[in-house]
Amino acid sequence: MEQPAVMNKKRVQTGSTTRAFAKPHVIEEWVGKVYTALCILVLVITIGAIVYFVSSRGLATFFVDGVSLGGLLGGLKWEPEGDIPLYGALPFIFGSFSTSVLAALMAAPLGMCAAVFMTQIMPGFGKKVLQPVIELLAGIPSVVFGFVGLSVVVPVLRAIFPGQGIGIAAGSIVLSLMILPTITTIATDALAALPRGLKEGSFALGATRWQTIYRIVLPTTLPSLLTGVVLGMSRAFGEALAVQMVIGNSPHIPHSLFESASTLTSAITLDMGNTVMGSTHNNALWSLALILLSMTFVFVFVVRFLERRNKR
Amino acid sequence: MQSVASQTLIDIHKLNLYYGQFHALKDVTMDIPEKAITAFIGPSGCGKSTLLRTLNRMNDMIPGTRIEGKVAIGGADIYSKEVDVETLRKKVGMVFQQPNPFPKSIYDNIAYGPRLHGIRGKQKLDEIVETSLRSAALWDEVKDYLKRSALSFSGGQQQRLCIARAIAVNPDILLMDEATSALDPISTLKIEELAQELKDKYTIVMVTHNMHQAARVSNQTVFFLNGEVVEFAETEKLFSNPRDQRTEDYISGRFG
Repeated sequence: MEQPAVMNKKRVQTGSTTRAFAKPHVIEEWVGKVYTALCILVLVITIGAIVYFVSSRGLATFFVDGVSLGGLLGGLKWEPEGDIPLYGALPFIFGSFSTSVLAALMAAPLGMCAAVFMTQIMPGFGKKVLQPVIELLAGIPSVVFGFVGLSVVVPVLRAIFPGQGIGIAAGSIVLSLMILPTITTIATDALAALPRGLKEGSFALGATRWQTIYRIVLPTTLPSLLTGVVLGMSRAFGEALAVQMVIGNSPHIPHSLFESASTLTSAITLDMGNTVMGSTHNNALWSLALILLSMTFVFVFVVRFLERRNKR
Repeated sequence: MQSVASQTLIDIHKLNLYYGQFHALKDVTMDIPEKAITAFIGPSGCGKSTLLRTLNRMNDMIPGTRIEGKVAIGGADIYSKEVDVETLRKKVGMVFQQPNPFPKSIYDNIAYGPRLHGIRGKQKLDEIVETSLRSAALWDEVKDYLKRSALSFSGGQQQRLCIARAIAVNPDILLMDEATSALDPISTLKIEELAQELKDKYTIVMVTHNMHQAARVSNQTVFFLNGEVVEFAETEKLFSNPRDQRTEDYISGRFG
C-alpha cells in the first residue's frame, strides 16, 4: 500500500521505520465510513420523503381544494361525501387527544409505581421476573390488545355504565395497557441509573425508604419519568388499530366517555381505502396525517427538552 | 485491645461479619473513645470501611450480610431488635467517599435531615442551616448562594456541605468514609482542619487510605489487615513505635 501523505515526516527516515508506521487499515476505515454514511443517508431520505409527501398532500387541501384551515381544525362536522362536503376534523383531534391524555393519566402512576417497586423495593425479583414480563407486554401486537378490549373491556363498561361500552373510555383503557410497558421501562431505567450515593446519603441522615423515594428518588428522576410518559402518549396518539376496534368510530365529539367517538388515526385507516387519490376527501385525510405528524414532532421536542433539563 | 483515651463511646466486642461466604470482619474488638478522632487504616479490602458501615448499620442494605457479636454505642446494643435504624442513623452521621449532595439548593440540602425528623418552622430551619454551615466552615463562602443548586459548587465545597448536612441533624458520632480521597490537596487540608475543630463536639471515626492523613489528624489509629485488627494504639505511638511487625511493614510502605 502507498504511504499516505500524513506520514511524510517519517519518510525521511529509513524504509523500515516508515513501514513500521504504515496504515494497513485505510481500506477498512473507508468501507466503514462509507457504509455507515449510506445507512444514515437512507434514513434521512426516507424521513424527508415522508414529511414532503404528507405535507404536499395535506397542504393541498387548503391551497388546491380551498378548504379553510380554521374550518378543518375547528369544524365539528365531517361529511366529505355530503351534498356540501364538510371537512371538520375537530372530533378526530379531540378523540385523539382525549384518549391519549386519559391513557397517559391512567398508565403513568401505574408504570411509575411499578418501576419504584422493581428498582427500590424488590430489586432482585424485579429485575429477574417482573421486568421481562413487562417487556413481554410491549411485544404483544396491537390487534390482540384491541381484541381483548373488545371482548373484555367493552362488555364490562357496558355492564357498569350507560351506553354501548364503546367510546373514549374503552379506547383509553386499551391504550393505557399498551403504553404501560413504555412508561414502566423508561422509569425503571431512570430509577436504576440513579447514583447509589444519593440514596445512601438520604438513608445516612435517618430517612426511611419511603422518605428517600418520595423526597430524593422521584424528584431527581422526574424529567426522565416524564420523558417516559410523553413517549407513551406519543405512542398512544399514533396507535390506530386497537383504538379503532373499541372506540366506535362515529365522527362526533361525544357527550360522555361511553359514547362512540373517533380518532385521527381511525378516521384515516377507515376512510383511506374508499377515496380516490387526489380527490378533496383523500387530501383531507392527508391533512389529518399531517396533524398527526406535527404532533409527533411536538412530542419529540418535548422529550428533547426534558432530556436536556435532566442533564443540566 | 486497650482503650487509649478518655471515655469509651463505641464498644465493639467480638464482631464477626460475613458477606455471604466471605468472612469480612474477624473477631473485631475495640473501644472507641468519645470526642476524639479515631482513624482506620489498612490496605484495600481489609474491612475498614465495612466496620465503619456497621456503626450506622449501612450494611443492612447489602443482601447476604450476617453479623455476630456486639456493637454498643453509649452502652446500648445497636443490633438489638428494639433499635430503630432511622434514629440510630440520626445519631451516627456519615460522610461518603464521593461528595453526594442532593440535586437541590444548599439550603434544602442542609434542611433535608431536620425536615425528615419533623422540624418545620422557617426560623428554626434558617438557624440550623446557618449554624451547620458555620460549623462546616462553609458559611462565608455560600451565605449569598443558599438558593443555588448544590451541584454548582466545587468538590471540596460539596464535601463540606455533606459534613454540614450530617451535622444538621445533631449527631453524636460522625463517620467519614475516605471523605477526602476524591478531593484535591487544598480541599483535603480544609476537611482535615475541619475534623480537628469538630472533634470537640463530635466523636469522629474516619477511614483513610492515606497514612499521612491518619498521622496528621487522628488521636487513635487502628490498623486492619484481612478483616482483623492488627494494632490499635495512640496515633503517635502506632506510627513511631509499632508493636506489630505487620504494622511496621505497612506504615513503612513495604506492602499495601
